[in-house]
Amino acid sequence: MRVEDLVRGVLEGKRRPLARLITMIENEDPQASEALRLLYRHTGRAHIIGITGPPGSGKSTLVTRMTAEYRRRGRTVGIVAVDPSSPFSGGALLGDRIRMQEHSLDEGVFVRSMGTRGHLGGIARATSDVVRAIDASGKDVIIVETVGAGQSEVEIIDIAHTVVVVDVPGSGDDIQAIKAGIMEIADIFVVNKMDLPGADRKVSEINAMLDLDQKMGEWRPPVLLTNGRTGEGVPELVDKIDEHMVFLRESGLLEEKGLQRSRDELHQIMEYRLTRELLQHLRGRPEYERAIKMIAQRHDDPYSVAQRLIAEFLVELSRSGGGDEDGG
Amino acid sequence: MSPSRKIRVLIAKPGLDGHDRGAKVVARALRDAGMEVIYTGLRQTPEMIVRAAIDESVDVIGLSILSGAHMALFPRVMELLRKEGADDILVIGGGIIPEDDIPELKKHGIAEIFGPGTPLDEIVDYIRKHVKV
Amino acid sequence: MKMVDEEERREIQSALEAWEKGPVAKTVSRFPERREAFATPSGITVKRLYTPLDVDSLKYNRDLGFPGAYPFTRGVQPTMYRGRLWTMRQYSGFATARETNERFRYLLEQGQTGLSVAFDLPTQIGYDSDHPMARGEVGKVGVAIDSLADMEVLFDSIPLDRVSTSMTINAPAAVLLAMYIAVAEKQGVPMEKLRGTIQNDILKEYVARGTYIFPPQESMRLITDIFKFCSEKMPLWNTISISGYHIREAGSTAVQEVAFTLADGIAYVQAAIDAGLDVDKFASRLSFFFGSHSNFFEEVAKFRAARRLWARIMRERFGAREDRSCRMRFHTQTAGCTLTAQQPENNVVRVTLQALQAVLGGTQSLHTNSRDEALSLPTEESVRIALRTQQIIAFETGVTDTVDPLAGSYFIESLTDEIERRAMEYIKKIDEMGGAPRAIEKGFIQREITQSAYEHQRLVDSGERVVVGVNKFVIEEGHTFDYMRVDPEAERRQIERVRSVRASRDQSAVDDALAALRAAAEGTDNLMPFILDAVRAYATLGEICDVLRGVFGEYRAPDVL
Ligand code: B12
Ligand SMILES: Nc1nc2c(ncn2[C@@H]2O[C@H](COP(=O)(O)OP(=O)(O)OP(=O)(O)O)[C@@H](O)[C@H]2O)c(=O)[nH]1
Ligand SMILES: [Mg+2]
Repeated sequence: MRVEDLVRGVLEGKRRPLARLITMIENEDPQASEALRLLYRHTGRAHIIGITGPPGSGKSTLVTRMTAEYRRRGRTVGIVAVDPSSPFSGGALLGDRIRMQEHSLDEGVFVRSMGTRGHLGGIARATSDVVRAIDASGKDVIIVETVGAGQSEVEIIDIAHTVVVVDVPGSGDDIQAIKAGIMEIADIFVVNKMDLPGADRKVSEINAMLDLDQKMGEWRPPVLLTNGRTGEGVPELVDKIDEHMVFLRESGLLEEKGLQRSRDELHQIMEYRLTRELLQHLRGRPEYERAIKMIAQRHDDPYSVAQRLIAEFLVELSRSGGGDEDGG
Repeated sequence: MSPSRKIRVLIAKPGLDGHDRGAKVVARALRDAGMEVIYTGLRQTPEMIVRAAIDESVDVIGLSILSGAHMALFPRVMELLRKEGADDILVIGGGIIPEDDIPELKKHGIAEIFGPGTPLDEIVDYIRKHVKV
Repeated sequence: MKMVDEEERREIQSALEAWEKGPVAKTVSRFPERREAFATPSGITVKRLYTPLDVDSLKYNRDLGFPGAYPFTRGVQPTMYRGRLWTMRQYSGFATARETNERFRYLLEQGQTGLSVAFDLPTQIGYDSDHPMARGEVGKVGVAIDSLADMEVLFDSIPLDRVSTSMTINAPAAVLLAMYIAVAEKQGVPMEKLRGTIQNDILKEYVARGTYIFPPQESMRLITDIFKFCSEKMPLWNTISISGYHIREAGSTAVQEVAFTLADGIAYVQAAIDAGLDVDKFASRLSFFFGSHSNFFEEVAKFRAARRLWARIMRERFGAREDRSCRMRFHTQTAGCTLTAQQPENNVVRVTLQALQAVLGGTQSLHTNSRDEALSLPTEESVRIALRTQQIIAFETGVTDTVDPLAGSYFIESLTDEIERRAMEYIKKIDEMGGAPRAIEKGFIQREITQSAYEHQRLVDSGERVVVGVNKFVIEEGHTFDYMRVDPEAERRQIERVRSVRASRDQSAVDDALAALRAAAEGTDNLMPFILDAVRAYATLGEICDVLRGVFGEYRAPDVL
């Protein structure tokens, strides 16, 4: 399929082109960057919601309930469910969908499962592009589910407008108490499984922690109770998520965050491209290998060599009129 | 092929059948062979399976049935895939499927059927060989 | 077993060491053993030799006792098979009630002593045969029962006061039990005379068998309603069959089978106590169900360990006063998953050994699988051979002539101990999670089972665990086996049948009964009498379950990979 056709399909909201594009993004297919380039201007419309929390806390169940609620309110929903890939084989068991199948026949819902595929920071990059593709396809709300175990939950704030942190009553050994890191990224706290004993106590605990928080701005994260099984508390959760968007907009934070995000992204892309091209330029050149040897033998130092090589590269770049438009 | 290319497989249990031991064991083997495996749980209709396969852009659909309803459900999955223009997806099956039914299922486009006693590596190898990457 | 005093103990110890260092070392150096280490499939190390030293901590009266008495390690009746043989009960059902009734009568003619009904999947999941989800499934793997009219045909000419009937039915157990009661009434047999079992074990459906409908809490209510109803009206009926068989067949080890089954049992007992029942009022009607797999001694020991552990749990944890409340009676089925599609005749031998294990383990009833297990439902000929297998063990081998003949074997007693100990460790872990329902919700039990299933498959694939005819001693085979085919027309016939039942009954009586049932479900009344009324009015299974679905909601089990 030609990139233009793919892009048109995505913009028309068709599932197959969208699904294909996501695969290309995940596989780092060079055509994916071209498609994303063409789609970029059509993005930025969806409300992106991150859901994170310990394994088994009921995230997928809640996502399903929230989706039902959004659909009732006439909004379309995209879901990205991320599960860890095996560090040994690189494969993954993607099981979140088990709980989301009830929406599988609804035209207004698109569900996609992703493995983290192990590469450093890779989840952030692929996920944000995948979210962007779904955004371009016209979904009103995009929910990203990630397991709250380490890095990915911090990366979620780079992608989502609103981060919902899910916890459950009690703190059995498999359920980590909310860590400081995860506290800071929450815009909304949910204590799911409110039917289990200790739910109210959990709410007070989180509130007590929030009371101690010095850095809190104008938005104090609300702490909500939900029951993923019955859906109790879910309309209130969706209300709060909407409210948070209103807050972001009215406080100017949305714009501020948008600018910051564009700045970060531009930096990231530039840094990535520059590095890549610089290295491509140097790779295999005899003088480059010689310079490395000089450093190793202590005849030269890496600081001066780096400065010299970059300067030479920039001169050459300006002479040749820039690198290639796009790369592989 | 890009180095991050992964084979994606949907393991599905159509109909009311609750025998999921084989499906889960196969799913794990494919994971351990480096594939991404999406599992949809029990009691899936052919419509749900086909939709999941499309949304997830899978390379392979693996259908597992031990309850004897394969002649009603497998062909229906194939029919829907064709309707959606998604019949490029490799479809394989397993479980308790009488020998006599296999030619008929293949006529509908099921590529291969794996019965009891199949070593897991045989399934892995088959997929690797037949998915064009 | 304190069979030896301190001095003799020391003597045995030193003789054992001498034997290991002398003859054993010499032999092993010339002829190495087949493996570095031996273990049961549960991972229990198997030593070269067992001696009195291995049963040193065993106290006879405390740990073994006497048959028919606490802790029942040696059996649940004082005379066991010297008195009455186990019930021979082949699980069967296919197509419509008519065909299955014929099979039942054939089996009874062949000397079977109890009935065991296999229902088709729509019935087990509470759908009538004309429901869209039932397409292609009607009568395929069990008999289709939509209404009392079908149940009447199923037990036609079978006197229900003289046969005991086991029904593998779980989520809609109350409905099928009600139909059974109603058929008996028509035969003039009052319900207090009925003997039999409903499986009624929903927890294992969530983890291993898959025919659930309602959420856990509502399912537990149905179960305790049945407990209550039967404790008042059906004194001979087994209200539940707490099943390890399916857990095992889903892939667990023997130790896990005991542990997870007893953890489920604990949850049911607790639920009944919480619902206000006195433990000694219902506990004696609980029954169990296990598998019998390939490792001979581990399986025999498993049955004994399960019995002892359950007795201790009932007495120590639940304070059961009466011995009969502590008595674990169980049904056994030989392990389907050990049977192969390759060289199906070999399965007869496997089943023979497994059946023998169950008898040596003291089972109360037994299903022997047929040689065509991995091909299709059994043919009449296959099921006859399976039944004959039991009859040969019962009447020709003499293993039935004394009680618990393997007791006192150093190996068996040591294995019995070890299985009990390891199962108890699991149960403690599950208790810490908040009991079986919570452990299931967390996916703990499912993950443990799947992990074991996967490990087993890997061992078979690598050849380390031999399966004759599959990974060793393989031959080229043609496809000559004449397997059973369910009449494809059965579905159509059954759909017509349920529609004609709906058209010919008194609809207003059905509507009233269903409305009353709905109201009861919304409240807290015992649902059994309401279900019984609906069934008598020929309300269908699907209609009754739909009412309950409307009130209770439908459930998706915490399916994990
Ligand atoms: C284990 C088992 C069960 C367990 C299931 C546990 C679980 N969670 O899976 C329990 C005890 C619960 C059970 C219950 C029933 N069972 Co059952 N069960 C079996 C048994 C003994 C073994 C199946 C098994 O798991 N084998 C081990 C796994 C690893 O092998 P496998 O599934 O065959 O998978 C291998 C291949 O087939 C293939 N494969 C399988 N799936 C897939 C998928 C893909 C994509 C690929 C590539 C390959 C593949 O690869 C695997 C590896 O080699 C079979 C008989 C037999 N020996 O095969 C009967 C059998 C399947 N059961 C049968 C029946 C009738 C039932 C019941 C319906 C009975 C009833 N009326 O209530 C119930 C209800 C179950 C339900 N809810 O659907 C019948 C089906 C008859 C038919 N089709 O005509 C069988 C054939 C037994 C018989 N002869 O009567 N059962
Ligand atoms: N009791 C109770 N159980 C719930 C509730 N919400 C979800 N569950 C159950 O919790 C289990 C885990 O739910 P999931 O939605 O899969 O949890 P998750 O956080 O997505 O899990 P991972 O993706 O594996 O990290 C399931 O068995 C749900 O049915 C609730 O409010 N109360
Ligand atoms: Mg999840």
